[in-house]
Amino acid sequence: MVGLMEIERPVKELEGKIAELKNLAETEKIDLSDQISTLEERAEKLKKRLYKNLTPWQKTQMARHPMRPYTLDYAQALFDEYIELHGDRCCGDDKSIVGGFAKLDGRPVIFIGHQKGRNTRENIERNFGSAHPEGYRKAMRLMEQAERFKRPILTFIDTQGAFCGIGAEERGQSEAIASSLCFMSRLKTPIIAVIIGEGGSGGAIGLGVGNRILMLENSVYSVISPEGCAAILWKDAGRAREAAEILKLTASDLKQLGVIDEIIPEPIGGAHNDYEKTIAAVKRAIKRHLSELSVMSAEELVANRYDKFKRMGVVGSIMP
Amino acid sequence: MLLKDWFAKRPRYSSTGLENSRSRVPDGLMTKCPGCEDAIYNKELEKSLKVCPKCSYHFRLSARERLDITIEAGSLEEYDSDMLSVNPLDFPEYEDKLIKSRHKTGQIDAVITGQASVAGYRTVIAVTDFAFMGGSMGSVVGEKVVAAMERAVDYRLPMLVISASGGGARMQEGILSLMQMAKTGAAVAKLREAELPYIVILTDPTMGGVAASFASLGDVIIAEPGALIGFAGPRVIEQTIRQKLPEGFQRSEFQLKHGFVDIIAARKDMVATLAMLYSFYLD
Ligand SMILES: [Zn+2]
Repeated sequence: MVGLMEIERPVKELEGKIAELKNLAETEKIDLSDQISTLEERAEKLKKRLYKNLTPWQKTQMARHPMRPYTLDYAQALFDEYIELHGDRCCGDDKSIVGGFAKLDGRPVIFIGHQKGRNTRENIERNFGSAHPEGYRKAMRLMEQAERFKRPILTFIDTQGAFCGIGAEERGQSEAIASSLCFMSRLKTPIIAVIIGEGGSGGAIGLGVGNRILMLENSVYSVISPEGCAAILWKDAGRAREAAEILKLTASDLKQLGVIDEIIPEPIGGAHNDYEKTIAAVKRAIKRHLSELSVMSAEELVANRYDKFKRMGVVGSIMP
Repeated sequence: MLLKDWFAKRPRYSSTGLENSRSRVPDGLMTKCPGCEDAIYNKELEKSLKVCPKCSYHFRLSARERLDITIEAGSLEEYDSDMLSVNPLDFPEYEDKLIKSRHKTGQIDAVITGQASVAGYRTVIAVTDFAFMGGSMGSVVGEKVVAAMERAVDYRLPMLVISASGGGARMQEGILSLMQMAKTGAAVAKLREAELPYIVILTDPTMGGVAASFASLGDVIIAEPGALIGFAGPRVIEQTIRQKLPEGFQRSEFQLKHGFVDIIAARKDMVATLAMLYSFYLD
């Protein structure tokens, strides 16, 4: 969290001073409103300046911020109702991917997302948001129902990556992700994927085959973590800051590369500073895209998704 | 990279593999087998399809060598052979890596696609080459595999993939490589909808983003003996879980045991195995 603390420190100092002055004005019954409002203005300006110019590495820190709203925070606030369903009907229930039935302003949707933990206990339970194959198989089970009952699918992406372990390999991590990609691509129902924090590689794209792909302003999406990239490039994971620049993993980079459709702006200071505003912005964006997709036929939805991914990538030719 | 650089450094083209294949095993008359550590005459090794006569260790093959032992001679009609990787992210040293790989392999990128005859059956085929940046999938590999699968649908032909992609998704093309996973996975869905058989042969090694997309989606998945096949590399797993991995972990035999491979076929039996499958699907 070093990068983030560096940014937050001057703001926090100013805010501390403002609080002090307010306290003083209260207890000593003196009028400090001029000084206070000057400082408040300064704090606002500072925040605007700082948070509008975050580096890719700072955004990575924001995306990983432990107070950032997680999938279940959205589940609680976005929907009129949400009921979680469990298990892949084969092997177990993966707690790093949650999902269930939800109602978005009265409209039934299938909601699926990665879930991280905020403290050690939660992180053990959630496996730090790194899913096993069962997570993807549970997701497919729910998505199949979405198609059968004509419900749109919302997937929320927030993982450092699919889990790398013995059990995950024994139970076919590759097969589970591959199947999910293949399966999502042909579903005859609208799919909206939202990257709310970390979009970590195969574990992220495993839930990411949407008709629309939205991304919160300070989230990241990448084929490899900056640390992993730095370790390969320079044999030094400590150079992650540089690797983050190279990888083009920010929302604005991805918009430019044609990988995402829309950047959802975050409140100043980041999503974790104002859950309500963040979630309201996410909701507005989802509803807008959902209403656009709702007029499309099943065949159009499948073709739209196929063509969308087909276009991704840049190739050249040896022919002049 | 500028076009003229490509031509300036254009490697010589080789249309066949086996006569050039000596460059793939260490120079000299003999090669040490990584399996049994015995020295084998290169002549003997080539006669045995690069399988150790003593311990059956399967040496890695280039994509051209693989084609040579799989398809009928002269039957390849190559697709998209002009498609070239660029450096969309301005990733450091990517151009150098591409040029070096082109020189080393005589290939433009990590996959050869086309239409060919295998055991008398016409099929669309895609073969990846570990010697070209680990057989990793960037935009070109993704695009060529998808274009090949779409042609299979258009011509109503079966699809065959032979993978040697230990490199997974190509880091140097960042998020665009990751998107190729979705793109190829979606193309397999098209094959399925068109009710065309899709056969995959997994060879050493097939990992990461290729394993987690089109290479794991075959209607039938065959593996060569002893191939490393998995999602995460063994070293990454050892670092994550901080313990040593058991003997044979992620090898073909492990994948067969856990239900992710249908058949393990020795190299010499591969064409016969394919013939049986094609005859089941197509006759
Ligand atoms: Zn041997």
